[in-house]
Amino acid sequence: MTEEEARLQRTYYTIPIGPTHPSLKEPLQFSFDLEGERVVDVEIKPGWNHRGLEVLGMKRNPLQTLYLAERLCGICSVSHLITFSRAVENALGIAVPPRAEYIRVIIAELERIHSHILWAGVAAHELGFDTLLHLTWRVREQVMDILELLTGNRVNYALVTIGGVRRDITREQEPLVRQALRYYKDLLEMLVDAFLHDPTIELRTRDVGVLSYKDALELMAVGPTARASGVKKDIRVDQPYLAYPALELEPITPDLFRPEVHGDVYDKIIVRLLEVEQSIGLIEQALEKMPEGEIGRATKEEMTELLVQIKKREGEGIGRHEAPRGELFHYIRFQRDSEIPILWKVKCPTYSNLMSYRPMFQGAQIADIPIIIACIDPCIACMDRVIVRRDGREETWQIAQLLAKSWEKTRRLKG
Amino acid sequence: MELLWGSVVILFGGVVLGLVYQGIDRKLAARMQARIGPPIVQPFRDIKKLLVKENIVPESAVPWIYNGAPFLALASVVTVLFYLPLGDQRPLFSGYGDLILVLYLLALPAVALAIGGFASGSPYAVIGAQREIVMMMSYELPLAAAIVALAWRLNQALPGIAAFSLGAISSNPVWAYLGPLGFIGAILLVGVLLLVMPAELSKIPFDIAEAETELAGGVTVEYSGRNLALLRLADGVKTVVMGALIIALFFPYRLGGVLGLAGLAGGAVDTAFFLVKLFLIILVGVTTVRVAAARLKVSQVAYSFWVPLTGVALAGLVLIVLDGLFFK
Repeated sequence: MTEEEARLQRTYYTIPIGPTHPSLKEPLQFSFDLEGERVVDVEIKPGWNHRGLEVLGMKRNPLQTLYLAERLCGICSVSHLITFSRAVENALGIAVPPRAEYIRVIIAELERIHSHILWAGVAAHELGFDTLLHLTWRVREQVMDILELLTGNRVNYALVTIGGVRRDITREQEPLVRQALRYYKDLLEMLVDAFLHDPTIELRTRDVGVLSYKDALELMAVGPTARASGVKKDIRVDQPYLAYPALELEPITPDLFRPEVHGDVYDKIIVRLLEVEQSIGLIEQALEKMPEGEIGRATKEEMTELLVQIKKREGEGIGRHEAPRGELFHYIRFQRDSEIPILWKVKCPTYSNLMSYRPMFQGAQIADIPIIIACIDPCIACMDRVIVRRDGREETWQIAQLLAKSWEKTRRLKG
Repeated sequence: MELLWGSVVILFGGVVLGLVYQGIDRKLAARMQARIGPPIVQPFRDIKKLLVKENIVPESAVPWIYNGAPFLALASVVTVLFYLPLGDQRPLFSGYGDLILVLYLLALPAVALAIGGFASGSPYAVIGAQREIVMMMSYELPLAAAIVALAWRLNQALPGIAAFSLGAISSNPVWAYLGPLGFIGAILLVGVLLLVMPAELSKIPFDIAEAETELAGGVTVEYSGRNLALLRLADGVKTVVMGALIIALFFPYRLGGVLGLAGLAGGAVDTAFFLVKLFLIILVGVTTVRVAAARLKVSQVAYSFWVPLTGVALAGLVLIVLDGLFFK
């Protein structure tokens, strides 16, 4: 059979979604094989938004890279900053004052609230329910205001620095934060009602984009994507850090809301809405338990001192943090006599979750594509990878080659 | 000559009215969504801008079909307008065709859109066109059931009139001839028509053929410039047509006679009353529905029209028939 005959005998056809498409907020290319309205297979091609930030970070000292790290992602910027700072602190053995850890937790949880509400609006828009988009984004303004009050910025807060935070939460600010939390507490019932009891949303999200418990484990999904499939996985609980050990929290799974776990898009909505409630509780606890005291380095002299220290030492460090989308991981390695790291590696939650698209798309309809794309809350900018072309040909590496390359690199690093 | 002037007035009036109601619909929807929304004249500005924009025909399209479809869509909806009673006027083409013709003409714009979609050669448009056809097959039966039931009952009550003529239906409001069973049946049919309306107009939750987040505009994805302007106009006129049809079938009451006004004053009052009724129908049938729901999938749309809605329409039909047999 010639290629032409094979093409004619094919019962499916292919449509591209992306790199630009109304259902994508950032560029990513999907190519769907379809049989009528049914999805047979999907191929995902990233590489449209790679900005080479890691390389930039390897040309600057960590204090300059702080601002780069923050701009990896516009939505979970403080997560990148916390993780990056923790990696540097881990590499250099810098201690963070307890009060600073509490402030980091408060900002991280406020960010989770705003990120999850933003996602809920996007999900509603993908379903064609623009009213909910406008309503959820309007109520999101309250948490943005609080973030602005505490840090001076709505996004990219520039609050966390190596060894602490740059601003304290004052006594006058606390009641305002509590007031905002009360606002969300009262609102939550309305949000749950609007999302989880709406008949059209139920029709569109139940048993759509199912990620089974087994697939979630095997494909190493993280964050709400994994928890919605019943995997109790949360860095804040599994390997407590910052002030989380002192706070009460449990990984949120959908069985807290309905009898069994399905792993569908509906479950992902449940998990994210319940996590908003959880974050409110965490911030309240943190405000209560927050000790008085130092908040870390701030002055210019202290910063110069830090750079001198970095120059004197060598070593590697990791930082992990439960970002709103799941586990975020930074790795950094310093060389003696240089304040510039020789390696900085970022692994975003979206990178871990990307593989779970394939089982979720099995048997989906065209109409399900936008909501399934949105349901892992993809953040392409911080995840993107590039394919390097040599001699004009493109080559895809399979797992064996990738493993061999990784071993080679590890050996090289061990030097 | 009168026919010619009448057609010109109705053509322009229909187009302007369609755009005005589009503007009102957008403003109201925005208010319901806690937005400010565009000014009511925005659709006029959109059309004006589209008309000066380049009209792009994709390389893979069949140009004459691709360019012809928007004309066919607009022409067919405007033709329906000629057969509908508007305000205090009897239908312009009264006597040249009846409800059955209107039913077929109503199907034409959807067919034109689907043909245009197939001819534009984009995979998104082809999927949209297939969906448009599925939609049409889904809502045709409930729509036909409602209309047939009404005409049959009128014929039963008033033998000798042309029961399928819209003029006759609108000058004899059906509610007067209905017993209790028929009354329930007729209310069911009004509900069915109000749900067919967003489907006919491709509005959320039934906008699967255009589905912005899925198909990036579906059937209209490749259209631009003049062609898109024509499609927008057709959409606006179609909104007026669907509203006017429901008014003619179920709410043809006039205010002029009740207030004892005749001549020009009566005509003005009737026209104003007609516009208010049209506004209410669009508010209930289009605006509130589209802000209060998510988009359904093709399979769900087909199911909901074929099973529950057809069921309700047939129940209404049976109730009206029973009413005709037992409460003469």
